[in-house]
Amino acid sequence: MTQVTMTVNGKAASGDVPGETLLSDFLREHLRLTGTHVGCDTSQCGACVVHVDGKAVKSCTVLAASLDGAEVTTVEGLANGELHPMQVAFNDNHGLQCGFCTPGMIMSGIDMVNRYKTEGRELTEEAIRHELEGNICRCTGYHNIVRSIKDAAASM
Amino acid sequence: MSEGIGAAVKRKEDKRFITGRGKYTDDIRMENQAYGAFVRSPHAHAEIKGIDTSAAEAMDGVIAVLNGKQLKDDAIGDIITGWAITSKDGNPMNVGAWNPMATARVRHVGEPVVIVIAESQAQARLAAEAVEVDYEELPAVAAATRALEDGAPLLHDNVPGNLIFDWEIGDEAAADAGLAGATHVTELDIVNNRLAPNAIEPRSAIAVYNDIDDHYTLYTTSQNPHVARLVLSAFYNIAPEHKLRVIAPDVGGGFGSKIYIYPEEITCLWASMKTGRSVKWTSDRSEAFMTDAHARDHVTKARMGFDADGKIVGLKVNTVANIGAYASLFATATPTYLYGTLLSGQYNIANVYCDVKAVHTNTVPVDAYRGAGRPEATYVMERLMETAAREMGMDPAELRRRNFITEFPHQTPVIMTYDAGDFHALLEKGQAAADIAGFAARKSEAASRGKLRGIGYSCYIEACGIAPSKAVGSLGAGVGLWESAEVRVNPVGTIEILTGSHAHGQGHETTFAQVVSDRFGLPMDNITIVHGDTDKVQMGMGTYGSRSGAVGMNAIVKAMDKVEAKVKKIAAHTLEASDDDIVIEDGEVKVAGTDKKMAWHEVGLAAYTAHNLPDGMEPGLKEGAFYDPTNFTFPSGTYICEVEVDPETGVVEVVQFTAADDFGTVINPMIVEGQVHGGVTQGIGQALLENVVYDEDGQLITGSYMDYCMPRADDVPSYVLEHSTTVAPSNPLGVKGCGEAGAIGSPPAVINAITDAIGNNNLTMPATPHKVWAAIQEVGLPQAAE
Repeated sequence: MTQVTMTVNGKAASGDVPGETLLSDFLREHLRLTGTHVGCDTSQCGACVVHVDGKAVKSCTVLAASLDGAEVTTVEGLANGELHPMQVAFNDNHGLQCGFCTPGMIMSGIDMVNRYKTEGRELTEEAIRHELEGNICRCTGYHNIVRSIKDAAASM
Repeated sequence: MSEGIGAAVKRKEDKRFITGRGKYTDDIRMENQAYGAFVRSPHAHAEIKGIDTSAAEAMDGVIAVLNGKQLKDDAIGDIITGWAITSKDGNPMNVGAWNPMATARVRHVGEPVVIVIAESQAQARLAAEAVEVDYEELPAVAAATRALEDGAPLLHDNVPGNLIFDWEIGDEAAADAGLAGATHVTELDIVNNRLAPNAIEPRSAIAVYNDIDDHYTLYTTSQNPHVARLVLSAFYNIAPEHKLRVIAPDVGGGFGSKIYIYPEEITCLWASMKTGRSVKWTSDRSEAFMTDAHARDHVTKARMGFDADGKIVGLKVNTVANIGAYASLFATATPTYLYGTLLSGQYNIANVYCDVKAVHTNTVPVDAYRGAGRPEATYVMERLMETAAREMGMDPAELRRRNFITEFPHQTPVIMTYDAGDFHALLEKGQAAADIAGFAARKSEAASRGKLRGIGYSCYIEACGIAPSKAVGSLGAGVGLWESAEVRVNPVGTIEILTGSHAHGQGHETTFAQVVSDRFGLPMDNITIVHGDTDKVQMGMGTYGSRSGAVGMNAIVKAMDKVEAKVKKIAAHTLEASDDDIVIEDGEVKVAGTDKKMAWHEVGLAAYTAHNLPDGMEPGLKEGAFYDPTNFTFPSGTYICEVEVDPETGVVEVVQFTAADDFGTVINPMIVEGQVHGGVTQGIGQALLENVVYDEDGQLITGSYMDYCMPRADDVPSYVLEHSTTVAPSNPLGVKGCGEAGAIGSPPAVINAITDAIGNNNLTMPATPHKVWAAIQEVGLPQAAE
């Protein structure tokens, strides 16, 4: 067992977990933050994306024990009294249907908007589609996810 | 009003999903919960000679190790097929017995043999690896056409030649005569590739047994919890229905794959009783590829004959359908009554004949997936039409126009009575939106960049609702396919709608509430939709076959009719007016032409206080209805795809996709468009990317997202959508259903566009870069557009 201490959604979180525990399991099973989803076992679907120290990370692909001291944000930690602009945009633009891939889409969307802003690049539709390579949605056909991210980018 | 029928109301259910507060089955944790892991066959076909569980039983955390023989000894039933098909020789179909866990023989890779129950998921999985099963391998067969050959390995003793049935529809002699008299006959060999549904939420189940009451609760990823309870009770002997509660909480997509009651759910319920623990099992993606019902997998020969004017004079279709190792719930209906009945397409054809041979193979069972039979039929029809137009030197749109059905009702030679549609209008709308006039210029511009640009049509029709009960009963269905609803008006006037439909992405919490809001003029916030729990909703048939609108919402309408009648009686009594003079508008119940009125909530309160009701009236305001439609509904549309092909690499880019659909009345256009986006993307996935591959020995080659190519955001364009409406005459709302259309209509449009671009019609799905490149090499590079 390994002692893990990190900050999750602004609060200290710790646990004694087997060394092989993935961050996704640590969040879901130990902290009961079940908004982070697991849709595959090969790091393809992206339903598990969270932010670690401000960057998008597939939580099924990183060991909890390797993140001692890290700052983790999950979809549950986005709304601060009011919804994050990306969350609003997904509702405004019908960017979700079954909702299962949605947490990962929202976390990836925020990350890409932030990166493009920092780098001074324009987040075009083509860029959004390219950036979503690591997030699979089976319901929406991506049309409205792309619109949601573009919409949020304008207000973030 | 802004929240009523036709308004693009934002979804009520979104908030919990965008904040991570959705509650899916795997998010739930029970007291006393243990975890199940299955030992699965690594072989496509083998005898089980022995099972040694001793090492597993001794491992940390292991509670029990249970096998299929124990399950059978406890009288748990075999898995059923829900639709009986009669062969053309009059004999009933032959299907192999399907034990929830294999007892003597395994017939596909991934078939469950043993379940390990342990304190943690990791312990259960580790112990499952320590179970030793002694297999004696048998020859296997994965392709349906091979399974029909003499000397092919036989899967089931009671299924000679692996042939489940040889079914026919239509008049063969008439079709032959039509073809014999044709001036042109188009022939095609068609493969409809095998798909895996891939809802992003893997299946999951938590079985909870209460020994005090001898009662079971199953939380599960189901599209139809009531059907699950019915089947688990009546056929699998888990418990009588009043001792079994099935809850389908938030479900992360279904597309058909979560209709069925699989071995895992049955086994978890039984294991919960055996161990006295709540048993949770959650599939991982690799398991899903080996257990979730696959789809399509048809091999077809089709011949379509035309007269000198381009009128269709005969159609003959012979299909071999792969059913897999066992016949799943709707597996036998999908390639028959959901397929052969749509082989008239949008066209006036006097002579249609179809023969379907359904075959067992050593593969995962195949069953209904978004469209179910109708995509296969549309692919046959629309590949034939496009090919025939090219062969006859005609504009493919014009060939379709000459054959469109224009008068309704129209009786096809393959059972269906189309009741409404305007196929010319759809084609015109689609062509205008796709800017057909500008295609030549776009092709020429693409050629200047070294790209081959092509265009393809698909004019689909489908049958939705999957009802009426009497009709499906006469065709072999084991159940009725109505839907139920209950409208509960509370004493404060707020409303709960209980529905047997189940939402797993379709937005019922919004659209169903819109229908109620529209009827009574109440705000959406005052209306809640309740679904997915057999203890809350009395009975229902669930969501599949685009039936929640066409059947489920109309059940709500029927229940609202009864509520309205009672509301009017109460108001008339209170306001001293006649029932006939009462109108309900904007949340008020008024006497027409006067200023006398009651607020909606005052009527609700009056119903429950019961201090002043008409003599003989029961207190309360709650009404239910079971709605059974009078016909299928028939959504239709024209899809136009434009592609650009890189001749150097064979890479295809879908550069424009236009969908013009007729869904009848649209309740929420935003949600309907979302359904089309998703369906079309699944269809483009089938046409370009997706393929379940087995090797000759029945090993599954595409067992993960590393091998099975799902459509990503950059594989598809933003879509151009159009609507043209004819109201469905068979139901009060006039809705036809929109859930499956995109997946039904799109694959032939894509393939027609690619074959147009490359000038070679010899191309199968998925049209991967390698296949497209090879097809270009086969015929040489087409001349660049002038």
